[in-house]
Amino acid sequence: MSTTFEAATSRRISIEPVTRLEGHGRIEIFLNDEGKVDRAVFQVPELRGFEKFVQGRPAEDMPQITSRICGVCPTAHHMASTKALDDLYRVTPPPAARKIRELIYHTFFVEDHALHFYFLGGPDFVMGPSALPGERNVIGVIGKVGIDTAQRVIAVRRTLRDLMAAVAGKAIHPVFGVPGGVAKPLTREQAVDFRRAAGEAVDFARFTLDLFDKVVLANQAYLDLIHSDMYAHRTYYMGMVNEQNRVSFYDGTLRVVSPSGAQWARFETRAYRDYIVEHAEPWSFMKFCHLKSIGWRGLVEGEDSGVYSVGPLARLNAAEGMATPLAHELYLRFFGVLRGKPVHYTLANHWARLIEMLYAAERMRQLAEEDEITDPHVRELPQSPGDEGIGVVEAPRGTLFHHYAADDRGRITKANLLVATQNNAARMALSVEKAARALIDGSTVQEGVLNMIEMALRAYDPCLGCATHSLPGSMPLMVRLCSRAGSVVASLRRDSDGRIVRE
Amino acid sequence: MKPKVAFYWCASCGGCEECILDLAEDLLPVLDAVEIVFWPVALDFKEHDIQPVDICFLNGAVRTSEQKRMAELLRANAKVLVAFGACAQLGGIPGLANLSTARDILETAEEATGSDGDHGLPLPELFDTVLPIDRVVDVDYYVPGCPPTPKIIGQALTALLKTEVPSRHSVLAPEQALCEECPRRATRPETLALDRFRRVADTIIDENMCILAQGIPCLGPATRAGCEGRCIAGNMPCTGCFGPAPRVRDFGAKALSAMASILAPTGDDEITDALRDLPDPAGTFYRYSLPASFLTRKATP
Amino acid sequence: MPEPFEPKIVAFFCNWCTYLGADLAGTSRLKYAPNARVVRVMCSGRVDPQFVLDAFAKGADGVLLGGCHPGDCHYQEGNYKALRRFKLLQQFLGQMGIEPERIRLEWISAAEADRVRTVINEMVETLKRLGPRKAPVETQFAEAS
Repeated sequence: MSTTFEAATSRRISIEPVTRLEGHGRIEIFLNDEGKVDRAVFQVPELRGFEKFVQGRPAEDMPQITSRICGVCPTAHHMASTKALDDLYRVTPPPAARKIRELIYHTFFVEDHALHFYFLGGPDFVMGPSALPGERNVIGVIGKVGIDTAQRVIAVRRTLRDLMAAVAGKAIHPVFGVPGGVAKPLTREQAVDFRRAAGEAVDFARFTLDLFDKVVLANQAYLDLIHSDMYAHRTYYMGMVNEQNRVSFYDGTLRVVSPSGAQWARFETRAYRDYIVEHAEPWSFMKFCHLKSIGWRGLVEGEDSGVYSVGPLARLNAAEGMATPLAHELYLRFFGVLRGKPVHYTLANHWARLIEMLYAAERMRQLAEEDEITDPHVRELPQSPGDEGIGVVEAPRGTLFHHYAADDRGRITKANLLVATQNNAARMALSVEKAARALIDGSTVQEGVLNMIEMALRAYDPCLGCATHSLPGSMPLMVRLCSRAGSVVASLRRDSDGRIVRE
Repeated sequence: MKPKVAFYWCASCGGCEECILDLAEDLLPVLDAVEIVFWPVALDFKEHDIQPVDICFLNGAVRTSEQKRMAELLRANAKVLVAFGACAQLGGIPGLANLSTARDILETAEEATGSDGDHGLPLPELFDTVLPIDRVVDVDYYVPGCPPTPKIIGQALTALLKTEVPSRHSVLAPEQALCEECPRRATRPETLALDRFRRVADTIIDENMCILAQGIPCLGPATRAGCEGRCIAGNMPCTGCFGPAPRVRDFGAKALSAMASILAPTGDDEITDALRDLPDPAGTFYRYSLPASFLTRKATP
Repeated sequence: MPEPFEPKIVAFFCNWCTYLGADLAGTSRLKYAPNARVVRVMCSGRVDPQFVLDAFAKGADGVLLGGCHPGDCHYQEGNYKALRRFKLLQQFLGQMGIEPERIRLEWISAAEADRVRTVINEMVETLKRLGPRKAPVETQFAEAS
């Protein structure tokens, strides 16, 4: 069965069973002559054309258009986009507007991280590594943590999302970001509501961290898994920090640390192209980001390779602490338990995520208590657009860049959207390769391989799930073994309905 | 016997799945009333193919061969197929890709990656044209919105579970334009005659007055009600995500007509000036609905 | 031998002016290109942009709108509305790859039979030069399975 592929830019591709799997993550594993894994690559065949179809659109439409890249983290795109507009229009939002944006953004972080822990990435952990696939989903989690907890998750998320909608218009696809500020001021009543909700959020975050302690950290099998070499990679780490080098989500400076933990770079977001470059491999649409001055050495780790990662673990590694007291305490404990800094264990992302959730809740409370946040002046009007605007935030999954060029009527001429997945692409591919090497010998592929690979991938980027239109438990995955010459030796596929198919 | 329900998707951002979770506590009575047999996002799968269901909620637009195949498979297996959300009903924001071709999109991506297009790995066919579900299979009902609101979803489910179902092909949302339920309805002027349009980029919008009356294109007059004006409550104009008001076939055309009608100028040059701050009619009027429009897509060269 | 291209024009003429002008052209036995299918509307302001787009979607190569001169509209303001809609529509059509010459708005009074002839002849020439409107091919229905 041949799989002919004609360049997608020209004619039709002949549709083979294998190519019908749109929405599947695709893993291609290349064997060498001895039947060992030579190379393994992970590919997400997703292409929606945002960077093309935003051309010609008025710049101020971008926060609402780009939020449609993802319905789970629309607020991240909305915020990066709004900041890019501030830059494009050369305007600085008044203090109250900045605080409102931060307040919404940290509220979003709390509920998004909660969603992921309890419903997306968490089931892996909460259910235990040897749980059956049928149990590794939200129903299984509810069974394990109890219906009361599940209801509490639902209630907390509802409170937070209702509050976000009251300020931002909608929780899914917010509308409040405008160049130079936000669409409307925060009322005193809303500030009071946020204060109360923030208190609940702090409690809830602490509760979740307790749960993590009991269910995961007290489970030796889990600790072994977290520490296992198969899921460890010594790469560089990048995250946004404030002036004191504490983790920052909304605004700050980008900091990169080396695999040994030394600061490698600290730069203004606008200068990102001097430090990060995108590399194309001929076998993938996905750009592989790497550190520019170190260069691309292929999919390898270590000080000499420009591979880096972003996301909760990377942010904790790249910073020197958390900016709020409760979270900072746990930050110190995190590195203590995991024996040093930086932590290279990919699965530690789940724990780092919860520490960030607590920080976001504490920060929410701080912001909601500031008098200035209810000031009615929430907009500086722009004069005229410049040529270019760059907006960078930390999305829950990692650093997010929106970079626009516009014409003299403020219409977008070019857009570059660098999402977290791209920053992590190389390290994700490393994870795949490492797992494949450890688990595959010869021309057979075990079903357990899929689960192990999936766990590593999920720790990085649940939004990959958005790209592949699925959520954990049964991420559609295809694993193909190819001989050195490129022909397919064996193939294993798990469809989104859980069926395993060998070809 | 509880009705069997399935949820699935085509080209979707995931917001329409997420909004079901936003039903929150209201979700539980729904879960009681039906048997959900297929919901990849939240529940585990049975290890067999898609089974016949009573109602299938399908969100997302059709853009690849695989999505077309899924839509056809689900249609064949569902007594009632509901196009859920703006992408399913109208094509959605990804429908703006219909202003280019698959080649343009791939080339833009390639330009960014520096790759030369020869990838050596198979990919699904990317169609030139994004389509709403009903251009591919017959659709029984529509639930509008980007995403639909919890209230609209709840009402739709209730309506579909009744013995007397709504008339086929209807949109499960109020039969009126958004202006009727807008929170600023009281400030809606009797007549409107604007000197010119203004842009959100350089205008501060008054929180207490009809947004259209302030010169900002607000598509409320042409858009179906049902969302209760959540964007207006956010002090931003309606962009039309609930799709056309009743008896309108092409949303963008009607929205364009409505906006043109409320301008004051009568001379050619004055009209040009008045339209200056509406620099992108396609994006403004057809943000969600280009694939469902009469023209569907830009002419291919 | 392939047939020469004959453009199809859908023309929306207002009842009080342009349509009467076209009638007059008819009774005066003026000869002009037969390519226009005329739809009578009570006012050029009645022309819903949906009509124009529907015409293109159904195969029209060009659309012609005819109304009363500014100031003469039977309903006072209808023709101004038509002008405003027309300008926005023309801009939109340009974004859709439809050349601006394919849609035309003319003020033609009941007495201007000759103008009807001239405009239609001109438009046919222009459309012959532009060629048929290219209907987009929807690839997903042409795929080989």
